[in-house]
Amino acid sequence: MKMLLIDFGSTYTKVALVSLDPPGLLATAQAPTTVESDLMEGLETALESFSTAQLNGVTARRACSSAAGGLRIVAVGLVPGLTVKAAREAALGAGARVLSAYGYTLNQEEIDEIYNLKPDLLLLAGGTDGGNRQVILENAARIADARLAVPVIVAGNKSAAYEAASLLEGKVPRVVVTGNVMPEVNRLQVEPARKAIRELYLSEITRARGLEKIQQQVGLVMPTPLAVMQAGELYWKDTGKEVIIVDLGGATTDIHSFADGRPRGGGRIVKGPPEPLVKRSVEGDLGLRVSLSALLTVIPPEEVVKELPFVAETEELLGYVRNIASSRALLPRNNRERAYDGAIAVCAIREALRRHAGYLTETYTPEGRLWVQEGKDLTGVAAVIATGGALIQGDNPGLVLKAGLAQKDPRVLSPRSPQILIDRAYLLATVGLLAEEWPEVARAVLRETLLPLGGIAG
Amino acid sequence: MLRNNRVVLGVIGADVHAVGNKILEMVLKEAGFQVINLGVMVSQEEFINAAVESDAGAIWVSSLYGHGEIDCRGLREKCREAGIGEILLYVGGNLVVGKRTFDEVEKLFKEMGYDRIYPPGTLPEVAIAHLKEDLSS
Ligand code: B12
Repeated sequence: MKMLLIDFGSTYTKVALVSLDPPGLLATAQAPTTVESDLMEGLETALESFSTAQLNGVTARRACSSAAGGLRIVAVGLVPGLTVKAAREAALGAGARVLSAYGYTLNQEEIDEIYNLKPDLLLLAGGTDGGNRQVILENAARIADARLAVPVIVAGNKSAAYEAASLLEGKVPRVVVTGNVMPEVNRLQVEPARKAIRELYLSEITRARGLEKIQQQVGLVMPTPLAVMQAGELYWKDTGKEVIIVDLGGATTDIHSFADGRPRGGGRIVKGPPEPLVKRSVEGDLGLRVSLSALLTVIPPEEVVKELPFVAETEELLGYVRNIASSRALLPRNNRERAYDGAIAVCAIREALRRHAGYLTETYTPEGRLWVQEGKDLTGVAAVIATGGALIQGDNPGLVLKAGLAQKDPRVLSPRSPQILIDRAYLLATVGLLAEEWPEVARAVLRETLLPLGGIAG
Repeated sequence: MLRNNRVVLGVIGADVHAVGNKILEMVLKEAGFQVINLGVMVSQEEFINAAVESDAGAIWVSSLYGHGEIDCRGLREKCREAGIGEILLYVGGNLVVGKRTFDEVEKLFKEMGYDRIYPPGTLPEVAIAHLKEDLSS
């Protein structure tokens, strides 16, 4: 018995052929992704690299997609540091892109903005259980009035959720009520919303996007980031080691951490909003192609050139960036350009990890100095996995990751000396697609693809 | 009760005295209140955010280390800004520093917008009786 796993990426459609019994990877192929109207074309092209004999015995197919912007969500809550943040975390944890997030009662400008963003789904939170009812009800009424043609998941105050849903009923394509993303102040509960998002992805969103056919033919089951996350979860549970995945792409850098994030050092007070055990962050301004000019507004070119193995002027870097922007060239043409890509990748990873990880601040109290930790302490994370086209297809992904792990500021609580693993065959999404139903096969593919930096054994 | 029987509790400012805070949480819970305990080193904004989200009826602020006056100033005004201007504000701990009398301190905190002010050594039961009264009036 064999199976095909497909990952419709924004640039490439990647296919893996696996054997279910005995579990193992048989072959991989890829082809440029074709337009959303017919993703099948790109898939057919990719499949041509397999022989008929190879494809013989394929009994199942599963696919994930990040093509055409992936799963696009708008999150609405009440207080920015509480239910708005909780709704964001839930959406990110479902593999979505959060287009925008809003707090308090929505005004007309924000409603218009949401209308123009055309999200696939709206996650409506607000109020802890038994807490504020007014704002979630007002927001439901405003969304209903505006007739936003978007399915809504209500994940707020349980004492107002059904009332909010009834205001929306018949005014939006679909309303689902699920558990509150923050049932008590500072307690996150993202699982019910994650599940609801995934169910709507299957039932509503693929249909709304005209992907029904694809869904039937290839079993489109989740957005790609969720598949990557499931691969990380499998590794984490199997090894018992805390792990981080760094996924560097052309448009974004995603970081997934699987770690409790509790303080590793004594004498600290933990403050700030709670963080999920499985946390995903997406940096839309840190990508190696589409968002390159945005990246250079965050990271000064002088910092980038410092990461080069040779001395160069920032002018040359800027010239390279302009060239990429104008010619839309996806691949560097020579070693020098490859080195530029590497240096940019180092900076993107460092910055994305800095934002994802917790931070220590010194405060002075009458008693003396005290450390306050905000966010997750990831200093003890045992392994970091490098994935993403921009990283894997470049030179020395392991060394790039290693350099990116070195933070300039010791107060950033990012991993200190983790084992570095490379997703060399770019198969984490495949692993994730297999993880729930065929965990043994998923493990075999994971073993196949993970290559430790400077070592053979996993 | 007219107002919600939820109480946001915390020790304000850079104050790390944690014992009294735990006791207050316990006693309030036993008295049937829902407690949102923010622990120690709580900023004014954290108190307000928690109260807004949970639609709390009261905020109980503790200050033990002697900087209560500075730390507590402006909380009522910020509550008004955040749309919860009518919330009950209680404060207790060691608010008296230096040569001032408790009466002077009470007057000062009243002017700052606090509804009830407690001297050191107040039994929590006293304040709980006040809370029940204030929440239903
Ligand atoms: C233990 C302790 C510490 C420990 C705290 C450990 C911890 N994490 O909890 C440590 C060593 C860290 C410490 C440090 C300091 N402490 Co100290 N500490 C004490 C001590 C000995 C006991 C506090 C305690 O736990 N009491 C027991 C609990 C149950 O009582 P409580 O806190 O007062 O709370 C009750 C009531 O006040 C009331 N209450 C409190 N808040 C509220 C709010 C409302 C709305 C209501 C209704 C009631 C209420 O109900 C509570 C429960 O019954 C007191 C002295 C004392 N005997 O009180 C000094 C004391 C509080 N500390 C003091 C000082 C000055 C400090 C320091 C500035 C430096 C120093 N000299 O030690 C630092 C400050 C650090 C900081 N950033 O906060 C002074 C404060 C002086 C003042 N305010 O005028 C005290 C009074 C000692 C003194 N006499 O000098 N301290």
